[in-house]
Amino acid sequence: MVMKVDPSKKWTGPVRSYDIIKEGVIAVVVVGLLAAGLSLFFSSPDEPAVTLKSWAMTNPADFAQTATGELAGTTTSAGYGAPYNHAAKGPTLGPLKLQDWAGVRIPVDPAKSFVVEPLLMMNNVDATSSAESWKAATPDQQNKWATAYADALGKVDGATSIPDTKNEFGPVPTMVSSLLVMAKSGALDGALTTSDTPLPTNFTKPLLFLADSEGYFGDLASKQHLGGDQWGVMNETGSWPGQSWLWLFSLWYQIEPFKSSGNADTLVMTLMGLLTLCLALFPVFPFIRKIPYLIPIHRLIWKKWYARKL
Amino acid sequence: MSSSQKNWTARLRKSTLESMEPQDLLPDTQPAYVASWIYVFGVLTLASLIMLIATGLVLTLEGPAWWHGSSVGHFWNSMHLWSVELFFVFMVVHLWGKFWMAAWRGKRTATWVTGVIAFMASIVTALTGYLIQTNFDSQWIATEAKDGFNAMGIGAFFNTLNTGQAILLHVALLPLAVGIIVVWHILLVRRKGVVPPIDNDATLEGGAF
Repeated sequence: MVMKVDPSKKWTGPVRSYDIIKEGVIAVVVVGLLAAGLSLFFSSPDEPAVTLKSWAMTNPADFAQTATGELAGTTTSAGYGAPYNHAAKGPTLGPLKLQDWAGVRIPVDPAKSFVVEPLLMMNNVDATSSAESWKAATPDQQNKWATAYADALGKVDGATSIPDTKNEFGPVPTMVSSLLVMAKSGALDGALTTSDTPLPTNFTKPLLFLADSEGYFGDLASKQHLGGDQWGVMNETGSWPGQSWLWLFSLWYQIEPFKSSGNADTLVMTLMGLLTLCLALFPVFPFIRKIPYLIPIHRLIWKKWYARKL
Repeated sequence: MSSSQKNWTARLRKSTLESMEPQDLLPDTQPAYVASWIYVFGVLTLASLIMLIATGLVLTLEGPAWWHGSSVGHFWNSMHLWSVELFFVFMVVHLWGKFWMAAWRGKRTATWVTGVIAFMASIVTALTGYLIQTNFDSQWIATEAKDGFNAMGIGAFFNTLNTGQAILLHVALLPLAVGIIVVWHILLVRRKGVVPPIDNDATLEGGAF
């Protein structure tokens, strides 16, 4: 006969000896040994960080095209919206414009921050005068120059500069070539990271610029199976386990309608928020709270108790 | 309301120190039904958290870039990584075990909810850990994660590209939050006791308790 048990009452039935401190100490030792063994055997991955210099040295054409895109306002950063600029309203969730409502709290003007201001810091007359010419022009003129140059660069595979035979690019070719020289020297990394403070811990600007690259940063990530469509949210460089606990988060990016949605981040974040809330509320959901009774895995867990072999 | 009910100190003492016996907090006996390997995963999760804090403290001694150029630093980084991998494996098994035990029974809903909150807080803490590796992985995760946070309006306040902010969150605020929630969770377990086996009598789970 099974004894009825009221789970809300303090247990007054049979007990067994137990040493909570001893158990805790043994557990820490076991986990410590396990972690040490895994560390000695498998170590941990450390793919070196990339820089604007390594980008410019490895794929100068992509660097030149991206820099031109920053001036033309066609890169991801240039058209991002909050929290960096007012270029777009950003993704929405129905009537909720969460990204836009949060405001521009980390202001970044890509053309100015990534290209013009660093050029003005260069000890090079061509670089500074081309940047000054750019600043003196109207926004419409700037856009015409940069768009024309971006189109011309895009037509020549691997080009880092194009001769201005029709006099339609203005100072843009000089600006982009000068920025490429600056990046190859490593000076651009320093210029972007120290633009707000001489002792930086904030890498927003160089990372936004790197992330605008279409032929370098993303390619490196794809080779390390870190792309969004490669379950990259939960992957790690090399063959090490990454954030495997994010598997469900990563799953949604692999399937429709999220996969092809331009609003995937909002949808996935919202869905995961709701699922987390559901997990917390399992005890009060009528059906879910009964699943442990319908699928009696607890019979395995407490088999000794049910068999009264204790 | 009596004077003792109005007294914050008295109310705090009653809800904490007087809410459980010393035997509840540091037991030397357990109910006889606490006899399964599944119970091991709770304490293993806690042991992994202790290892995470210990190895993390070692890493703080030399700074976030130490492990790139030092074999000793790399070893402790590996210890920290594998501790977090073990932590989540144990925690997930613990969570699933508690689900199949319907461990929220007997007015233990708060225990379940604090467990879920600890799980979620741990995920955010782990993410900030990945953000401060100061290598390519952290650069990529930062640029990808920013879109998710920005889409929800969070990115304006938690900038994944700001390594300094991520470091401080990872070594101070978030471990403190996880620690507080975990302690709260453990105290609830100790106060309520380990949930007893599901009885055959369905009326016992019908909401009466």
